[in-house]
Amino acid sequence: MGTVTRVNGPLVEVAGLTGVAMSGIVTLGERALPGEVVTLRGESATIQAYEYTGGLAPGTAVRSVGSPLSAPLGPGLLGGVFDGLLRPLAGVGPWLDPAAMRGAADGHRYAFTPVAREGDRLAAGAPIGTVRLDGAVAYQVLVPPGADGEVREVRPAGAYPGDAVVARVGDRELTLTTGWPVRRPRPYRERLAVAAPLRTGQRVIDLLFPVPRGGTVAVPGGFGTGKTMLLQQIAKWCDADVIIYVGCGERGNEMADVLAELAELTDPRTGGRLAQRTVVIANTSNMPMMAREASIYSAVTVAEHFRDMGLDAVVIADSTSRWAEALREFASRSGELPAEEGYPAALASALAAFYERAGRVTTLGGGTGSVTIIGAVSPPGGDLTEPVTTHTQRFVRALWTLDRDLAYARHYPAVSWAGSFARDADAVGRWQANAGGDSRWAARRGRVAALLAEADRLAALAELVGAGALPDDERVVLLAGRLIREAVLQQSAISPRDASCDPPRAAAIADAVLDVVDRCQELVAGGTSAAAIEELDFTPVIRAREDAATPADVRARRDATLSRLRETP
Amino acid sequence: MTGSWARIEHTQVDELRGPLMIVPAVAGVGWDEFAEIRLASGELRHGLVLEVDHERAVVQVLEGTGDMRPDATRVSFSGGPLRIPVGLDWLGRVCDGLGEPIDGGPPVIGAETAPVSGYPINPVRRAPPADPVLTGVSAIDALTTLARGQKLPIFSVAGLPHLELAAQIAAQASVGDEPFSVVFAAMGLTNADAMSVRDALEERAAAGELVLLLNLADAPAIERILTPRIALTVAEHLAFAEGRHVLVVMGDMTSYCEAVREVSSARGEIPARRAYPGYLYSDLASLYERCGRIRGLPGSVTLLPVLTMPAGDITHPVPDLTGYITEGQIVLSADRYAGGLYPPVDALSSLSRLMRKAAGPGRTSDDHLDVAAQTLAALARARRARELGELVGDAALSEADRRHLEFERAYEARLVAQGRTERRSMTTTLERAWQALSTLPRRELTMLSAKHLDAHHRPERRDAPP
Repeated sequence: MGTVTRVNGPLVEVAGLTGVAMSGIVTLGERALPGEVVTLRGESATIQAYEYTGGLAPGTAVRSVGSPLSAPLGPGLLGGVFDGLLRPLAGVGPWLDPAAMRGAADGHRYAFTPVAREGDRLAAGAPIGTVRLDGAVAYQVLVPPGADGEVREVRPAGAYPGDAVVARVGDRELTLTTGWPVRRPRPYRERLAVAAPLRTGQRVIDLLFPVPRGGTVAVPGGFGTGKTMLLQQIAKWCDADVIIYVGCGERGNEMADVLAELAELTDPRTGGRLAQRTVVIANTSNMPMMAREASIYSAVTVAEHFRDMGLDAVVIADSTSRWAEALREFASRSGELPAEEGYPAALASALAAFYERAGRVTTLGGGTGSVTIIGAVSPPGGDLTEPVTTHTQRFVRALWTLDRDLAYARHYPAVSWAGSFARDADAVGRWQANAGGDSRWAARRGRVAALLAEADRLAALAELVGAGALPDDERVVLLAGRLIREAVLQQSAISPRDASCDPPRAAAIADAVLDVVDRCQELVAGGTSAAAIEELDFTPVIRAREDAATPADVRARRDATLSRLRETP
Repeated sequence: MTGSWARIEHTQVDELRGPLMIVPAVAGVGWDEFAEIRLASGELRHGLVLEVDHERAVVQVLEGTGDMRPDATRVSFSGGPLRIPVGLDWLGRVCDGLGEPIDGGPPVIGAETAPVSGYPINPVRRAPPADPVLTGVSAIDALTTLARGQKLPIFSVAGLPHLELAAQIAAQASVGDEPFSVVFAAMGLTNADAMSVRDALEERAAAGELVLLLNLADAPAIERILTPRIALTVAEHLAFAEGRHVLVVMGDMTSYCEAVREVSSARGEIPARRAYPGYLYSDLASLYERCGRIRGLPGSVTLLPVLTMPAGDITHPVPDLTGYITEGQIVLSADRYAGGLYPPVDALSSLSRLMRKAAGPGRTSDDHLDVAAQTLAALARARRARELGELVGDAALSEADRRHLEFERAYEARLVAQGRTERRSMTTTLERAWQALSTLPRRELTMLSAKHLDAHHRPERRDAPP
């Protein structure tokens, strides 16, 4: 037991603490505020406190809990809402004072069915049983890493509370809910190459900047560029098994909105409610700062937990900049020498280590699972050269840059085609050609990207000389750029039909526009004037995203436009 | 805020520097504790503990350390973070930035007290904002409707009438028949500004619906760190315990942030952008996030911060961090004000992210959202036409472009321009929006349904007087 010697916001210094390790958890004072050891110097330690430390005075007693910060991993996660330390928020009152956060046991019971039998020899990662949940997630209870041996006892099928012992393997008692230190990646057998894309339902992403299952993405964008909206769309519509949505230092009203929508929406693939496949970690900007730092690690640990069951999990973190700011605030208070813009020198390695916890793996149990990480970045002043953005760019496989000019022109999602990248696009292209059954995916992507780039170049030229001064074939490229932007890339999040777009429909829309562009180019090559083509009403093709329900409907609109083009003088 | 705690007086002060005072040999004093400081002259000042290191406390003196003598200062600590009385007693009162009455009345008392730092609202218990707060200002009600529980700042630059606009909103705002109150926290305002705010809000004050906290430009700068926190603590109680819809106006947030920076710099903290401390985001969030609605409780807290962007720079840390936390912004334009427009709202740069929840069928009017979208689209087109016209001359513009320029003029004259005490109903506001839209031919109004066009589009009224 030690005593507090210094308090400066969330930074607490303690003397006389023996037998603690780095990252160990301590409790401060009678109110037992949780904190984590971040520096040890002889018998004095620096603690980062996870609650508001108002009133905490030197001389207060400090107790060591003995274990590092751990996430409770169990069937109660799905459909739940938690704070940064994974404490459930549902049973707590309207105000989060530190005292309210303790002892909120929910008393829920879970339907456990054993699959292992007494006498079986099981290794880590092998299933002992399953838990039936409301949603579609096949929840398995696994032998935890580090345990193996003969099954001495399995409890019969029945309803058990979250902390119940359901089996004994070797000399270990296995509970429905187990702990895992959040800062330590959970083990797996081996890492696999990524291939299959995560289908997000957003055309600009699925067509141009795909992310494979097990990949990493950063989404930088200034305020008002639609970052949160895009991430919420992906949380709702992507085809992963489990979504972990972390509101890290963001708006409380937005979290309320996410929760309300998830509770209402139905999962199109399973018919269950979307909330049932989602774990929400809510650490709004006015909740304690250092719990914001922990929330990122809690989230990825939860994702690894579901990955180990052979599932595809996606972590959506909004926003990693707030996490980096928590690191900066603490570094500043502890007097660490600052690197760029006051951030600690360890920022880059912390970001790299976080994103490296994504991946597609063979689990300990022999299955295949993945963790995909999508992290928003909020650059101050929209400045994409600031440290969090520049470091993050180095470590991610894909970048979806949100562009303020596009957002102001109400072009949503405002993903910039010039400023984004997808380093796994070739792997996704090969997967699409084989397993995906879409052999034209890579060619389509190449054509769309080339037309957009060429149209941008010509638009810059046209601003100087006027579009009328361009040769006809180049004016058709400008038209092509406009059609791709308006008919393919724009997608309304509030449209009942187009909020999410499935792959066949997305391909049909892109192909329809490319076919129309091809015909325009043929016509101009054959002597038709660009002015005559520009006069044509392309609304049917542009409105296809809103009005055409099926790929066949899209093609019908394309054919109508093509035949009108044929009549162009 | 006079302390009733059993006090141990400390008579030793080691150091006085800027707004900071260092008191040695204090035992049992906790972080963020509140302190009372008695000067040799008998003057009473207040402080907050910024750091405790062994028995040494760093205290920020809210009234500044001027005239203080280390050998003749007595300090007593309250034993916990600052709490203030809360309740209906605040209504109708005018206080200084620390909540001490300056209206000649007795100290504010209340049956309950609450900590000024507040507690975060449990995100699970928040109700998403819905339903409008009607400001009676057409430009805002029509295009950036304010939702109950929203935080929507006014971004302005020095010399513009942002304070008049904020005061007008505070004076006129309403939520139908439900009880409504305004808490106005002025930070770093000049005496002249404060007087005009008081005048504008006289009726509201007389009706017992106003709490006015005035930290003026000549008041101690550090005091204004506490002013918004007192305002929000009072507002939260009026809303969630007393069931009122409360609008909190806080301005100028730039003055507040400068006070935060002053303290940070005096403490020798590592500066982040423009020497503001790295925790400015969290600090602002601890204010702005104290708005909202709570499931199962009546009332709402809606926030209208006002800030001036130094040199009009929207990437300056104060507007930038504010924009990251708030749900949209109302931007004022120096250009349009120079052109004689009041309120000089730049609709294309302004945005209410929660408008969809505040306006539309069942909330304001069936056609409202479409009218707003069409107005903004037509304004964007008009702006492009104006830029083109400046290059090639208006005569070379297409007929459609010229009609859009005409629309822009009608939009400003009929919808935006408004008297400083003129309160417009939602019906009047939408009527005026339709008058402006009627300057455009029907084929240009693609975002409006045939039903609404049939009912409201009156091209023959183009030349009718507003």
